[in-house]
Amino acid sequence: MELECTTITRETVVDEVTKMKNDGYRFVTMSVVDLDEENVDLLYHFDKDLEVVNLRMAVPKKEPVPSISGVYFAAFLIENESKDHFGLEFDGLVLDFGGTLYLEEEVQRTPFCKYGVIRKDAEAAAEGTA
Amino acid sequence: MARTIVPFGPQHPVLPEPIHVTVTVEDEIITDAVPALGYVHRGLETLADVRDHVQMIQVVERVCGICSMIHAACYVQGIEEMMGVEVPRRAEYLRVIWSELHRMHSHLLWLGLYADAFGFESLFMQFWRIRERVMDLMEATAGARVIISVNVIGGVRRDLDEDQCKWVLSEVEDVEKQIRQLQTTMLNDYSVKKRTVDVGVITKEQALELGAAGPCLRGSGVAQDMRMTGYGAYDDMGFEPIVETAGDCYARGAVRFRETLQAGEIIRKAIAGLPEGETSVKVRGRPKGEVITRVEQPRGELMYYIKANGSKNLDRLRIRTPTFANIPPLTAMLPGMELADVPVIILSIDPCISCTER
Repeated sequence: MELECTTITRETVVDEVTKMKNDGYRFVTMSVVDLDEENVDLLYHFDKDLEVVNLRMAVPKKEPVPSISGVYFAAFLIENESKDHFGLEFDGLVLDFGGTLYLEEEVQRTPFCKYGVIRKDAEAAAEGTA
Repeated sequence: MARTIVPFGPQHPVLPEPIHVTVTVEDEIITDAVPALGYVHRGLETLADVRDHVQMIQVVERVCGICSMIHAACYVQGIEEMMGVEVPRRAEYLRVIWSELHRMHSHLLWLGLYADAFGFESLFMQFWRIRERVMDLMEATAGARVIISVNVIGGVRRDLDEDQCKWVLSEVEDVEKQIRQLQTTMLNDYSVKKRTVDVGVITKEQALELGAAGPCLRGSGVAQDMRMTGYGAYDDMGFEPIVETAGDCYARGAVRFRETLQAGEIIRKAIAGLPEGETSVKVRGRPKGEVITRVEQPRGELMYYIKANGSKNLDRLRIRTPTFANIPPLTAMLPGMELADVPVIILSIDPCISCTER
Protein backbone atom coordinates (compact mmCIF):
# COMPACT_ATOMS: atom_id res chain seq x y z
CA MET A 1 0.00 0.00 0.00
CA GLU A 2 1.67 3.17 -1.21
CA LEU A 3 0.65 6.70 -0.39
CA GLU A 4 -0.49 8.77 -3.34
CA CYS A 5 2.00 11.63 -3.66
CA THR A 6 3.20 14.18 -6.18
CA THR A 7 6.99 14.19 -6.37
CA ILE A 8 8.64 17.57 -6.06
CA THR A 9 12.22 18.81 -5.75
CA ARG A 10 14.06 21.41 -3.72
CA GLU A 11 13.90 23.72 -6.73
CA THR A 12 10.13 23.43 -7.12
CA VAL A 13 8.89 23.03 -3.52
CA VAL A 14 8.09 26.68 -2.85
CA ASP A 15 6.30 27.11 -6.19
CA GLU A 16 4.32 23.91 -5.69
CA VAL A 17 3.32 24.89 -2.17
CA THR A 18 2.36 28.38 -3.32
CA LYS A 19 0.16 26.76 -5.94
CA MET A 20 -1.53 24.67 -3.23
CA LYS A 21 -2.21 27.81 -1.24
CA ASN A 22 -3.63 29.63 -4.25
CA ASP A 23 -5.89 26.63 -4.89
CA GLY A 24 -7.33 26.99 -1.39
CA TYR A 25 -5.61 24.10 0.38
CA ARG A 26 -5.08 24.16 4.14
CA PHE A 27 -1.61 23.13 5.33
CA VAL A 28 -2.01 20.11 7.63
CA THR A 29 1.58 19.22 8.47
CA MET A 30 4.82 17.79 7.20
CA SER A 31 6.31 14.35 7.91
CA VAL A 32 10.00 13.52 7.83
CA VAL A 33 11.08 9.94 7.21
CA ASP A 34 14.66 8.84 7.72
CA LEU A 35 15.57 6.84 4.60
CA ASP A 36 19.24 6.01 5.10
CA GLU A 37 22.52 7.47 6.30
CA GLU A 38 22.37 10.33 3.81
CA ASN A 39 18.74 11.05 2.88
CA VAL A 40 15.32 11.83 4.27
CA ASP A 41 11.89 11.94 2.69
CA LEU A 42 9.85 15.09 3.28
CA LEU A 43 6.09 14.75 2.89
CA TYR A 44 3.91 17.84 2.85
CA HIS A 45 0.25 17.17 3.67
CA PHE A 46 -2.58 19.49 2.61
CA ASP A 47 -6.32 19.33 2.95
CA LYS A 48 -9.28 20.64 0.98
CA ASP A 49 -12.91 19.50 1.35
CA LEU A 50 -11.73 16.69 3.66
CA GLU A 51 -9.39 15.23 1.02
CA VAL A 52 -5.67 14.97 1.75
CA VAL A 53 -3.11 15.79 -0.93
CA ASN A 54 0.57 14.92 -0.42
CA LEU A 55 3.77 16.25 -1.92
CA ARG A 56 6.95 14.22 -1.50
CA MET A 57 10.62 14.99 -1.96
CA ALA A 58 13.76 13.10 -1.03
CA VAL A 59 16.57 15.37 0.13
CA PRO A 60 20.10 14.91 1.45
CA LYS A 61 20.19 15.49 5.21
CA LYS A 62 23.10 17.86 5.08
CA GLU A 63 21.78 20.23 2.43
CA PRO A 64 19.38 23.02 3.39
CA VAL A 65 15.76 22.80 2.27
CA PRO A 66 13.78 25.88 1.22
CA SER A 67 11.37 26.78 3.98
CA ILE A 68 7.67 27.00 3.13
CA SER A 69 6.95 29.09 6.23
CA GLY A 70 6.99 32.19 4.01
CA VAL A 71 4.01 30.72 2.15
CA TYR A 72 2.21 29.00 5.03
CA PHE A 73 3.25 30.61 8.33
CA ALA A 74 1.89 27.52 10.13
CA ALA A 75 4.81 25.50 8.74
CA PHE A 76 7.30 27.26 11.03
CA LEU A 77 6.46 24.91 13.90
CA ILE A 78 6.93 21.62 12.05
CA GLU A 79 10.06 22.92 10.31
CA ASN A 80 11.55 23.79 13.69
CA GLU A 81 10.53 20.36 15.00
CA SER A 82 12.26 18.70 12.03
CA LYS A 83 15.35 20.75 12.76
CA ASP A 84 15.36 19.46 16.35
CA HIS A 85 14.62 15.85 15.49
CA PHE A 86 16.51 15.31 12.23
CA GLY A 87 19.03 18.16 12.14
CA LEU A 88 17.57 19.52 8.90
CA GLU A 89 18.26 23.12 7.91
CA PHE A 90 15.56 25.28 6.36
CA ASP A 91 16.44 28.34 4.29
CA GLY A 92 14.19 31.31 5.03
CA LEU A 93 12.50 29.93 8.14
CA VAL A 94 10.43 32.89 9.41
CA LEU A 95 10.73 32.01 13.10
CA ASP A 96 13.86 29.99 13.78
CA PHE A 97 14.37 28.43 17.21
CA GLY A 98 17.85 27.27 16.16
CA GLY A 99 17.27 23.60 17.01
CA THR A 100 15.95 24.36 20.50
CA LEU A 101 12.17 24.18 20.00
CA TYR A 102 12.05 21.05 22.18
CA LEU A 103 15.69 20.35 22.94
CA GLU A 104 18.26 22.11 25.05
CA GLU A 105 21.30 23.69 23.44
CA GLU A 106 23.64 21.04 24.82
CA VAL A 107 21.81 18.27 22.95
CA GLN A 108 24.13 17.54 20.04
CA ARG A 109 22.51 14.47 18.51
CA THR A 110 19.41 14.39 16.36
CA PRO A 111 17.26 11.91 18.25
CA PHE A 112 14.92 10.88 15.44
CA CYS A 113 17.65 9.82 13.01
CA LYS A 114 17.86 6.03 13.20
CA TYR A 115 21.33 6.10 11.70
CA GLY A 116 22.91 8.22 14.42
CA VAL A 117 23.59 11.42 12.53
CA ILE A 118 25.28 14.09 14.58
CA ARG A 119 24.34 17.70 14.11
CA LYS A 120 26.44 19.80 11.81
CA ASP A 121 27.52 22.21 14.48
CA ALA A 122 28.68 19.28 16.63
CA GLU A 123 30.61 17.87 13.68
CA ALA A 124 32.19 21.23 13.05
CA ALA A 125 33.12 21.46 16.70
CA ALA A 126 34.63 17.97 16.58
CA GLU A 127 36.59 18.83 13.43
CA GLY A 128 37.82 22.00 15.06
CA THR A 129 39.28 20.12 17.99
CA ALA A 130 40.74 17.28 15.89
CA MET B 1 5.08 54.27 23.34
CA ALA B 2 7.41 52.06 25.38
CA ARG B 3 7.44 48.38 24.58
CA THR B 4 7.48 45.85 27.37
CA ILE B 5 8.13 42.15 27.08
CA VAL B 6 6.06 40.02 29.46
CA PRO B 7 6.84 36.31 29.86
CA PHE B 8 3.61 34.29 30.15
CA GLY B 9 4.09 30.78 31.54
CA PRO B 10 5.37 28.13 31.54
CA GLN B 11 3.84 28.01 35.03
CA HIS B 12 0.63 29.98 35.30
CA PRO B 13 -2.56 29.41 37.34
CA VAL B 14 -4.70 28.95 34.20
CA LEU B 15 -2.35 26.56 32.45
CA PRO B 16 -2.91 22.89 33.17
CA GLU B 17 0.30 22.15 31.26
CA PRO B 18 3.44 24.19 30.63
CA ILE B 19 3.74 26.48 27.62
CA HIS B 20 5.65 29.73 27.43
CA VAL B 21 4.53 32.73 25.41
CA THR B 22 6.71 35.81 25.08
CA VAL B 23 4.17 38.63 24.93
CA THR B 24 5.22 42.07 23.72
CA VAL B 25 2.94 44.90 24.85
CA GLU B 26 2.69 48.60 24.20
CA ASP B 27 0.90 50.04 27.21
CA GLU B 28 -1.67 47.25 27.83
CA ILE B 29 -2.09 46.23 24.19
CA ILE B 30 -0.35 43.14 22.82
CA THR B 31 1.71 43.76 19.70
CA ASP B 32 3.41 40.40 19.32
CA ALA B 33 3.32 36.89 20.80
CA VAL B 34 5.93 34.17 20.29
CA PRO B 35 5.28 30.69 21.73
CA ALA B 36 8.02 28.46 23.10
CA LEU B 37 7.68 24.74 23.74
CA GLY B 38 9.91 22.00 25.11
CA TYR B 39 8.80 21.48 28.71
CA VAL B 40 7.12 18.10 28.24
CA HIS B 41 8.73 16.68 25.12
CA ARG B 42 9.06 12.90 25.39
CA GLY B 43 9.88 11.77 21.84
CA LEU B 44 7.18 9.08 21.94
CA GLU B 45 7.23 8.61 18.17
CA THR B 46 10.72 7.08 18.34
CA LEU B 47 9.45 4.32 20.63
CA ALA B 48 8.23 2.73 17.37
CA ASP B 49 11.89 1.73 16.87
CA VAL B 50 11.86 -0.49 19.96
CA ARG B 51 8.20 -1.42 20.49
CA ASP B 52 6.32 -3.54 17.95
CA HIS B 53 3.20 -2.34 16.18
CA VAL B 54 0.89 -3.99 18.74
CA GLN B 55 2.73 -2.58 21.76
CA MET B 56 2.55 0.85 20.14
CA ILE B 57 -1.19 0.96 20.93
CA GLN B 58 -0.29 1.37 24.60
CA VAL B 59 2.27 4.03 23.68
CA VAL B 60 -0.08 6.17 21.59
CA GLU B 61 -2.72 5.97 24.33
CA ARG B 62 -0.22 7.82 26.48
CA VAL B 63 0.34 10.67 24.04
CA CYS B 64 -2.62 12.38 25.69
CA GLY B 65 -4.21 11.72 29.04
CA ILE B 66 -7.50 13.32 28.03
CA CYS B 67 -8.28 11.69 24.70
CA SER B 68 -6.24 8.49 24.94
CA MET B 69 -8.97 6.35 23.42
CA ILE B 70 -9.17 8.50 20.28
CA HIS B 71 -5.41 8.35 19.75
CA ALA B 72 -5.53 4.57 19.90
CA ALA B 73 -8.59 4.48 17.63
CA CYS B 74 -6.75 6.57 15.04
CA TYR B 75 -3.64 4.41 15.23
CA VAL B 76 -5.42 1.05 14.95
CA GLN B 77 -7.58 2.43 12.13
CA GLY B 78 -4.37 3.16 10.20
CA ILE B 79 -2.84 -0.26 10.87
CA GLU B 80 -6.13 -1.97 9.97
CA GLU B 81 -6.29 -0.05 6.69
CA MET B 82 -2.70 -1.02 5.89
CA MET B 83 -3.33 -4.69 6.67
CA GLY B 84 -6.73 -4.80 4.96
CA VAL B 85 -8.53 -5.85 8.14
CA GLU B 86 -12.33 -5.86 8.07
CA VAL B 87 -13.36 -4.60 11.51
CA PRO B 88 -16.70 -5.96 12.84
CA ARG B 89 -19.44 -3.36 12.65
CA ARG B 90 -20.25 -3.79 16.34
CA ALA B 91 -16.66 -2.84 17.20
CA GLU B 92 -16.93 0.31 15.07
CA TYR B 93 -20.12 1.30 16.91
CA LEU B 94 -18.50 0.67 20.27
CA ARG B 95 -15.54 2.83 19.22
CA VAL B 96 -18.00 5.64 18.46
CA ILE B 97 -19.60 5.30 21.90
CA TRP B 98 -16.29 5.48 23.77
CA SER B 99 -14.97 8.24 21.46
CA GLU B 100 -18.00 10.38 22.24
CA LEU B 101 -17.74 9.69 25.98
CA HIS B 102 -14.14 10.89 25.69
CA ARG B 103 -15.25 13.99 23.80
CA MET B 104 -17.88 14.69 26.47
CA HIS B 105 -15.43 14.45 29.37
CA SER B 106 -12.75 16.41 27.51
CA HIS B 107 -15.11 19.26 26.67
CA LEU B 108 -16.51 19.31 30.21
CA LEU B 109 -12.97 19.46 31.56
CA TRP B 110 -12.21 22.36 29.22
CA LEU B 111 -15.47 24.19 29.98
CA GLY B 112 -14.54 24.05 33.67
CA LEU B 113 -10.99 25.28 33.08
CA TYR B 114 -12.30 28.02 30.81
CA ALA B 115 -14.77 29.19 33.45
CA ASP B 116 -11.90 29.17 35.94
CA ALA B 117 -9.79 31.28 33.52
CA PHE B 118 -12.33 34.09 33.48
CA GLY B 119 -12.92 33.81 37.20
CA PHE B 120 -16.27 31.98 37.33
CA GLU B 121 -15.39 29.48 40.05
CA SER B 122 -18.86 28.08 40.66
CA LEU B 123 -19.36 27.36 36.96
CA PHE B 124 -15.99 25.61 36.93
CA MET B 125 -17.08 23.37 39.80
CA GLN B 126 -20.44 22.60 38.17
CA PHE B 127 -18.84 21.45 34.93
CA TRP B 128 -16.32 19.30 36.75
CA ARG B 129 -19.01 17.80 38.95
CA ILE B 130 -20.91 16.71 35.84
CA ARG B 131 -17.70 15.41 34.27
CA GLU B 132 -17.27 12.96 37.13
CA ARG B 133 -20.43 11.16 35.94
CA VAL B 134 -18.84 10.66 32.52
CA MET B 135 -15.65 9.39 34.14
CA ASP B 136 -17.79 6.91 36.09
CA LEU B 137 -19.35 5.77 32.82
CA MET B 138 -15.94 5.03 31.37
CA GLU B 139 -14.80 3.22 34.49
CA ALA B 140 -17.95 1.10 34.53
CA THR B 141 -17.83 0.21 30.83
CA ALA B 142 -14.09 -0.06 30.23
CA GLY B 143 -12.50 -0.54 33.64
CA ALA B 144 -10.57 2.74 33.82
CA ARG B 145 -11.36 6.42 34.04
CA VAL B 146 -8.91 7.93 31.56
CA ILE B 147 -6.71 5.45 29.68
CA ILE B 148 -9.45 2.99 28.90
CA SER B 149 -7.42 0.79 26.51
CA VAL B 150 -10.35 -0.66 24.61
CA ASN B 151 -8.82 -0.65 21.14
CA VAL B 152 -7.03 -3.59 19.58
CA ILE B 153 -6.02 -4.12 15.97
CA GLY B 154 -9.15 -5.71 14.52
CA GLY B 155 -11.75 -4.33 16.93
CA VAL B 156 -12.24 -3.64 20.62
CA ARG B 157 -11.42 -5.73 23.67
CA ARG B 158 -14.63 -5.00 25.61
CA ASP B 159 -18.32 -5.23 24.89
CA LEU B 160 -21.46 -3.65 26.33
CA ASP B 161 -24.34 -5.93 27.29
CA GLU B 162 -27.99 -4.90 27.21
CA ASP B 163 -28.12 -3.81 30.84
CA GLN B 164 -25.00 -1.71 30.48
CA CYS B 165 -26.42 -0.04 27.37
CA LYS B 166 -29.62 0.86 29.26
CA TRP B 167 -27.64 2.23 32.16
CA VAL B 168 -25.34 4.26 29.86
CA LEU B 169 -28.40 5.73 28.15
CA SER B 170 -30.04 6.79 31.41
CA GLU B 171 -26.77 8.26 32.72
CA VAL B 172 -26.07 10.15 29.48
CA GLU B 173 -29.60 11.54 29.55
CA ASP B 174 -29.08 12.78 33.08
CA VAL B 175 -25.68 14.27 32.21
CA GLU B 176 -27.22 16.11 29.25
CA LYS B 177 -29.98 17.44 31.48
CA GLN B 178 -27.42 18.81 33.91
CA ILE B 179 -25.36 20.36 31.09
CA ARG B 180 -28.49 22.06 29.71
CA GLN B 181 -29.07 23.62 33.12
CA LEU B 182 -25.77 25.49 32.63
CA GLN B 183 -26.56 26.59 29.07
CA THR B 184 -28.01 29.98 29.98
CA THR B 185 -25.04 30.79 32.17
CA MET B 186 -22.42 29.60 29.69
CA LEU B 187 -23.92 31.16 26.60
CA ASN B 188 -25.92 34.18 27.82
CA ASP B 189 -24.39 35.39 31.08
CA TYR B 190 -23.22 39.02 31.03
CA SER B 191 -19.88 38.30 32.72
CA VAL B 192 -19.06 35.39 30.44
CA LYS B 193 -19.83 37.42 27.34
CA LYS B 194 -17.90 40.40 28.66
CA ARG B 195 -14.74 38.30 28.89
CA THR B 196 -15.12 36.32 25.65
CA VAL B 197 -17.08 38.19 22.96
CA ASP B 198 -14.80 39.91 20.38
CA VAL B 199 -11.76 38.57 22.23
CA GLY B 200 -9.07 36.67 20.31
CA VAL B 201 -10.77 36.87 16.93
CA ILE B 202 -9.51 34.96 13.90
CA THR B 203 -11.41 35.19 10.66
CA LYS B 204 -12.39 32.24 8.50
CA GLU B 205 -9.59 33.10 6.04
CA GLN B 206 -7.00 33.35 8.84
CA ALA B 207 -8.13 30.07 10.38
CA LEU B 208 -7.71 28.28 7.06
CA GLU B 209 -4.43 29.94 6.20
CA LEU B 210 -2.93 29.27 9.63
CA GLY B 211 -4.02 25.62 9.56
CA ALA B 212 -6.43 25.75 12.53
CA ALA B 213 -8.21 22.56 13.54
CA GLY B 214 -11.36 21.54 15.42
CA PRO B 215 -13.42 24.09 17.36
CA CYS B 216 -10.85 26.80 16.44
CA LEU B 217 -11.68 26.20 12.78
CA ARG B 218 -15.42 25.66 13.26
CA GLY B 219 -15.67 28.66 15.59
CA SER B 220 -14.50 30.78 12.64
CA GLY B 221 -17.18 29.50 10.30
CA VAL B 222 -15.45 26.57 8.59
CA ALA B 223 -17.65 23.47 8.56
CA GLN B 224 -14.89 20.91 8.81
CA ASP B 225 -14.91 17.93 11.12
CA MET B 226 -13.23 14.59 10.38
CA ARG B 227 -16.41 12.79 11.47
CA MET B 228 -17.95 14.13 8.24
CA THR B 229 -15.73 11.63 6.37
CA GLY B 230 -17.77 8.85 8.01
CA TYR B 231 -14.81 6.93 9.40
CA GLY B 232 -15.68 3.92 11.58
CA ALA B 233 -19.43 3.94 12.25
CA TYR B 234 -19.84 7.72 11.90
CA ASP B 235 -21.34 7.15 8.45
CA ASP B 236 -24.44 5.81 10.25
CA MET B 237 -24.71 8.68 12.74
CA GLY B 238 -26.06 11.36 10.38
CA PHE B 239 -23.33 13.63 11.65
CA GLU B 240 -23.51 17.39 11.06
CA PRO B 241 -20.68 19.66 12.29
CA ILE B 242 -21.38 22.45 14.76
CA VAL B 243 -20.28 25.80 13.41
CA GLU B 244 -20.13 29.35 14.78
CA THR B 245 -19.02 32.30 12.70
CA ALA B 246 -17.69 35.02 15.03
CA GLY B 247 -14.21 33.49 15.39
CA ASP B 248 -13.79 34.80 18.95
CA CYS B 249 -13.34 33.06 22.30
CA TYR B 250 -17.10 33.00 22.80
CA ALA B 251 -17.63 31.21 19.47
CA ARG B 252 -15.01 28.56 20.26
CA GLY B 253 -16.62 28.03 23.66
CA ALA B 254 -20.09 27.80 22.14
CA VAL B 255 -18.91 25.17 19.63
CA ARG B 256 -17.52 23.02 22.45
CA PHE B 257 -20.58 23.48 24.64
CA ARG B 258 -22.91 22.39 21.84
CA GLU B 259 -20.60 19.52 20.89
CA THR B 260 -20.86 18.21 24.43
CA LEU B 261 -24.62 17.88 24.00
CA GLN B 262 -24.17 16.52 20.47
CA ALA B 263 -21.90 13.77 21.87
CA GLY B 264 -24.86 12.60 23.97
CA GLU B 265 -27.06 12.43 20.88
CA ILE B 266 -24.43 10.41 18.99
CA ILE B 267 -24.08 7.97 21.91
CA ARG B 268 -27.88 7.47 21.87
CA LYS B 269 -27.86 6.80 18.12
CA ALA B 270 -24.92 4.41 18.41
CA ILE B 271 -26.54 2.42 21.22
CA ALA B 272 -29.90 2.35 19.40
CA GLY B 273 -28.25 0.99 16.27
CA LEU B 274 -25.62 -1.22 17.95
CA PRO B 275 -25.46 -4.30 15.70
CA GLU B 276 -25.14 -7.85 17.00
CA GLY B 277 -21.96 -9.77 16.33
CA GLU B 278 -18.28 -10.08 17.16
CA THR B 279 -16.29 -7.27 18.71
CA SER B 280 -12.97 -8.18 17.12
CA VAL B 281 -11.33 -10.34 14.50
CA LYS B 282 -8.03 -12.14 14.75
CA VAL B 283 -5.28 -10.36 12.89
CA ARG B 284 -2.17 -12.18 11.74
CA GLY B 285 0.93 -10.85 10.05
CA ARG B 286 2.70 -7.53 10.13
CA PRO B 287 1.82 -4.23 8.46
CA LYS B 288 3.56 -3.14 5.29
CA GLY B 289 3.06 0.10 3.39
CA GLU B 290 2.33 3.71 4.06
CA VAL B 291 -0.88 5.27 5.28
CA ILE B 292 -2.37 8.53 6.52
CA THR B 293 -5.29 8.23 8.87
CA ARG B 294 -7.36 10.99 10.45
CA VAL B 295 -10.02 11.19 13.16
CA GLU B 296 -11.67 14.00 15.10
CA GLN B 297 -10.32 14.48 18.60
CA PRO B 298 -12.08 16.85 21.03
CA ARG B 299 -9.49 19.49 20.06
CA GLY B 300 -9.75 18.85 16.34
CA GLU B 301 -8.27 16.85 13.53
CA LEU B 302 -5.75 14.20 14.61
CA MET B 303 -3.51 12.80 11.90
CA TYR B 304 -1.24 9.75 11.96
CA TYR B 305 1.27 8.99 9.25
CA ILE B 306 2.42 5.38 9.50
CA LYS B 307 5.09 3.67 7.42
CA ALA B 308 5.87 -0.01 7.84
CA ASN B 309 8.09 -2.47 5.99
CA GLY B 310 6.63 -5.78 7.17
CA SER B 311 9.07 -6.17 10.06
CA LYS B 312 8.26 -6.16 13.77
CA ASN B 313 8.79 -2.42 14.18
CA LEU B 314 7.27 0.43 12.23
CA ASP B 315 9.54 2.41 9.92
CA ARG B 316 8.02 5.71 10.99
CA LEU B 317 5.14 6.90 13.12
CA ARG B 318 4.31 10.56 12.89
CA ILE B 319 1.55 12.10 14.99
CA ARG B 320 0.08 15.53 14.23
CA THR B 321 -2.12 16.60 17.09
CA PRO B 322 -4.73 19.37 16.89
CA THR B 323 -3.07 21.66 19.45
CA PHE B 324 0.09 21.56 17.31
CA ALA B 325 -2.09 22.94 14.49
CA ASN B 326 -3.71 25.54 16.73
CA ILE B 327 -0.52 27.19 17.99
CA PRO B 328 0.10 29.27 14.80
CA PRO B 329 -3.52 30.61 14.94
CA LEU B 330 -2.90 31.51 18.61
CA THR B 331 -0.15 33.90 17.50
CA ALA B 332 -2.76 35.69 15.38
CA MET B 333 -5.42 35.78 18.12
CA LEU B 334 -3.29 37.67 20.64
CA PRO B 335 -2.07 40.88 18.88
CA GLY B 336 -4.41 43.83 19.46
CA MET B 337 -5.85 42.32 22.65
CA GLU B 338 -5.25 43.47 26.22
CA LEU B 339 -2.70 41.71 28.41
CA ALA B 340 -5.50 40.63 30.79
CA ASP B 341 -7.09 38.64 27.94
CA VAL B 342 -4.05 36.39 27.42
CA PRO B 343 -5.16 33.59 29.79
CA VAL B 344 -8.66 33.39 28.29
CA ILE B 345 -7.35 33.44 24.71
CA ILE B 346 -4.76 30.73 25.37
CA LEU B 347 -7.39 28.59 27.08
CA SER B 348 -9.77 29.16 24.15
CA ILE B 349 -7.68 26.91 21.87
CA ASP B 350 -8.01 24.13 24.50
CA PRO B 351 -4.25 23.62 24.65
CA CYS B 352 -3.00 20.10 25.26
CA ILE B 353 0.74 20.49 25.47
CA SER B 354 1.58 16.84 26.19
CA CYS B 355 -0.20 16.03 22.92
CA THR B 356 1.61 18.79 21.08
CA GLU B 357 5.10 17.83 22.16
CA ARG B 358 4.52 14.08 22.36
